[in-house]
Amino acid sequence: MERRPVAVIECPEEIPCNPCETACPHGAIRVGKPITRRPELDLAKCTGCGLCVAACPGLAIFLVKEEGDTAEVTFPYEFLSLPRVGDVVTAVNRDGEPLGAAPVVAVRQVRTSDGTWLITLAVPRSLADEVRGMRRLNR
Amino acid sequence: MAGAEVTDIAVVGGGPAGLSAALAARQTGAEVVVVDENSAPGGQLRKQIHKFFGSKEHHAGQRGFRIAEELAAACRDRGVELWTDALAYGIFDHTLGIVRRGTAFTLTARAIVLATGASENALAFPGWTLPGVMGAGAAQTFINLHRVLPGRRVLMVGAGNVGLIVSYQLLQAGAEVLGVVEAAPRIGGYAVHAAKIRRAGVPIWTRHTVLRADGRGQLEEVTIAALDENGRPIPGSERAFAVDMLCLAVGLTPLTELAWQAGCRFEYSALLGGHVPLHSEDMETTVPGLFVAGDVAGVEEASTALEEGRLAGLAAAAYAGHGSPALEKEKAAARERLLALRSGPFGSGRRHAYEEIVRGWLRWSGAR
Ligand SMILES: Cc1cc2nc3c(=O)[nH]c(=O)nc-3n(C[C@H](O)[C@H](O)[C@H](O)COP(=O)(O)OP(=O)(O)OC[C@H]3O[C@@H](n4cnc5c(N)ncnc54)[C@H](O)[C@@H]3O)c2cc1C
Ligand code: SF4
Ligand code: SF4
Repeated sequence: MERRPVAVIECPEEIPCNPCETACPHGAIRVGKPITRRPELDLAKCTGCGLCVAACPGLAIFLVKEEGDTAEVTFPYEFLSLPRVGDVVTAVNRDGEPLGAAPVVAVRQVRTSDGTWLITLAVPRSLADEVRGMRRLNR
Repeated sequence: MAGAEVTDIAVVGGGPAGLSAALAARQTGAEVVVVDENSAPGGQLRKQIHKFFGSKEHHAGQRGFRIAEELAAACRDRGVELWTDALAYGIFDHTLGIVRRGTAFTLTARAIVLATGASENALAFPGWTLPGVMGAGAAQTFINLHRVLPGRRVLMVGAGNVGLIVSYQLLQAGAEVLGVVEAAPRIGGYAVHAAKIRRAGVPIWTRHTVLRADGRGQLEEVTIAALDENGRPIPGSERAFAVDMLCLAVGLTPLTELAWQAGCRFEYSALLGGHVPLHSEDMETTVPGLFVAGDVAGVEEASTALEEGRLAGLAAAAYAGHGSPALEKEKAAARERLLALRSGPFGSGRRHAYEEIVRGWLRWSGAR
C-alpha cells in the first residue's frame, strides 16, 4: 500500500452534494453532473492533504495511511473537549463501538475547516478499515 | 414608518428563499422590501451550525448561519430593505398588514413573494404535552440561537435529516442522546448524517414508536415499543428510558396561512409536506402577482429554496414591469438548476410532485 495518507470516501447514496470535488486542489475527486452522482476518487492524484475531509458536510471522508504494522486514521471531529497530541483515547468503529486504546498523533485544522478538526489516531494496521472515530471526551 | 408604505416588490419571509427572491428582484432595478418576524434575517439558516449540502453556487460546504449572514449582507449592499421584527399578519389583494415593534401599518406592492417557510409537525401520544417534549427545531433554537441546553438526556423521534442533524447538534451541545426512534422500516435521512451519529454511539431504532411520556410536572420517562408489519406496537417489546427531553422531528408543513387568505388554489401533496399553493413554472400562484418560493411551496432544502426564490424574484420583477430578455434567460437557468437538484433517488420523487403542482396550475389557467 501507499506510504502517504489517502482519502477514503464513504458516501454511499446519490445526494445533491459536491463540496469534496470543489475542495480538492488536485482534482482527485470527481462528482460531475448531475450533482447527485457519487464522488469518485482518483487515488493516484490524492496527496492526503485533508482539505476534502474538513469540507465534506457529511463528515464522510477519512484519511488512511498504512505502513508496516500500523495505520494512521484521520477523521473529522466537531466535539469539545478536544484531545491533545499524545493523549490515549478510545478508537471507535462506524457504530461507535470501542476498538481499543489509540494514541492521538495529530490534531489540526486546514483551510476548509471553519471549526472542524482533523484528528489522527495510530492504530494496528488490521483496524485501518474499522476505526472511524473516537469516543467523546468528558472533561 | 407611516401608516401606508408602498414598494415594487414585497417579500414575506427572510429565509434563503425570501432573501434570494429579494436579490434577484433588486437586480432588475425594482424596489424591494423583505418582511421577517425574527430579530435577524436568515430563517432556518440562522440555527444551522452544520455545513450544508449542495453545490458551490448554493453555498455548499458553508455552515448555514454563515450563508444567512452572506445573503443578508448582499441584500444590504444592494439596497434591499430588510425589515426585521416585522410580522405580516394578513394579505388584502396586493397589500400586506404588518405589525412591527408594536405599530401596525400596511405595505402595498405591485407583486408579492410569499417565502414563509414551514412549521414543525407534532405527534400526539399520552404525555406529549409535558414540559420537556418539544419539536426538534425548538431544541435547535434553544441550543444554537440561545445557547441553552434544555435537557441532558434526550430521545429523538424521527430519523429524517432534521432528526439526525439535531441529534448530532445536541451531542455537540453536550447532551447525551440515548437513541433515535423511527416508525418507518428505513432511515429517511441521508446515510452520511445517520453515520455521523452512529459513530458517536447513538443507536437508530427503525420500526419503533413512542408509546407514552410520563413525569410529574415535567418529562421523566419515555416508553417506546417495536412495531409489527402493520405498524402496531408489539406487546412485550416496550422499553422505558429515563430522559428529561424528547424531541419530535416528524416532518414539516408548509406555512400557508397568507396564501389561503389571499385565495390561492391548493393541492395536497404528501411528499411536499401538505397542502401547497398551485403555482406556475414561474412560481406564480393562482392569484395574479402573488408568488411563492421555498418551503411554503413544498418542503425541501435550502439549495432549492435559493433557486425557487431566484425564479420567483425575477418573475415578480417582470410582473411589476421590470422584465427583459436577459431576465427570461436567467429564469430558464434557474429552472435547469432546480431540475439538477431534483435528480437522484431523493430528489426525483419531489420533481414529480412539483410537476403535478405545475400541471394543476396549468389546468386552472386553461379553464380560466
Ligand atoms: C435541522 C435542519 C437542517 C437542515 N439542513 C439543511 C442542509 O444541510 N441543506 C439544505 O439545503 N437544507 C437544509 N435544511 C432545510 C432548509 O433550512 C430549509 O429548506 C430552508 O431554510 C427553507 O427556506 P425558506 O426560505 O423557504 O424558509 P425559512 O428558512 O423557514 O424562512 C422563512 C422565514 O419567514 C418568516 N415568516 C414566516 N411567516 C411570516 C410572516 N407572516 N411574517 C413575517 N415573517 C414570517 C419565518 O420566521 C422565517 O424567518 C435544514 C432544515 C432543518 C430544520
Ligand atoms: S485528501 Fe486532499 S488531495 Fe486527497 S482527495 Fe482530499 S482534497 Fe484531494
Ligand atoms: S462532500 Fe461528502 S457528502 Fe458531499 S458528495 Fe462529497 S463525500 Fe458525499
